Amino acid sequence: MSHPPAPRTVEELTITSNDEVVTVRQKVRATAIELGFSLVDQTKVVTAASELARNTLVHAGGGQANITIVQNGARRGIRLVFSDNGPGIPDRQLALTDGWSSGGGLGLGLSGSRRLMDEFVLESEPGRGTVVTVTKWTR
Amino acid sequence: MDRVPILKIGDVLIVSIQGDLDDQSVLTLQEDLADRVVATGAIGVIIDITAVEIVDSFVGRMLSTIAGMSRMLDAETIVVGMRPAVAITLVELGLSLGGLRTALDLEKGVALLSRHGTQGTSDLSAVGL
Ligand SMILES: Nc1ncnc2c1ncn2[C@@H]1O[C@H](COP(=O)(O)OP(=O)(O)OP(=O)(O)O)[C@@H](O)[C@H]1O
Ligand SMILES: [Mg+2]
Repeated sequence: MSHPPAPRTVEELTITSNDEVVTVRQKVRATAIELGFSLVDQTKVVTAASELARNTLVHAGGGQANITIVQNGARRGIRLVFSDNGPGIPDRQLALTDGWSSGGGLGLGLSGSRRLMDEFVLESEPGRGTVVTVTKWTR
Repeated sequence: MDRVPILKIGDVLIVSIQGDLDDQSVLTLQEDLADRVVATGAIGVIIDITAVEIVDSFVGRMLSTIAGMSRMLDAETIVVGMRPAVAITLVELGLSLGGLRTALDLEKGVALLSRHGTQGTSDLSAVGL
């Protein structure tokens, strides 16, 4: 039996400014193109990345984005991990509700990203930080 | 930060967003447009997003805010040139963009405004902001 190939990390980016949110979008786009995603799926992945990168900057004061290429059998995918050491999310259920925002946002970033991606995992502990891991597979 | 130029043709302000704007540039455009609508008494605003590859909640909110703001200043906003992939993604993101008028391209956008009483003129002046 052959082992599945190890995930390959393509980019490790810091998110500390609006400019770096733009950089995250561009690197995610480049990776999605490299993986052969359709234009619609590229757009979905980049939009989700934009939402999650902005959350990291706005709600946690900055953090990190990792872009990884993953493989499952014949299918390849893109995995994005957004992590921060910010205030965390006290009520994850509430945060994932369409339209709920602790600030003046539309409250669509988390719930919308969950719809746009194939897999979505939100880990958070108040006072310790937040990790959002999302994956999309090629069709 | 990039500053997006605002053109004035007759009574209409036209903005063509090029490339990937950071959030601060998006907010600056929103404020610049409000100022220009008041300063020029424009009756219409056309925002061309043909070159825009993604519209997320931040840009979506900016478009709605501009539409609401210009409506209060007696101008109508029309968003033109939305890519199909962007439209599909917006729906899944959950952004309804209610109240926002759209047209397929610039020409159709201008035609929409004309029907609302604009006189199309050839007075094209690039407004350096
Ligand atoms: N990385 C994070 N750290 C701390 N809190 C977060 C983080 N990400 C999201 N949140 C919390 O979850 C809420 C919902 O996030 P979501 O992105 O859905 O909406 P929003 O950012 O408030 O508005 P928008 O629709 O403009 O993105 C936020 O208001 C915030 O309270
Ligand atoms: Mg958000």
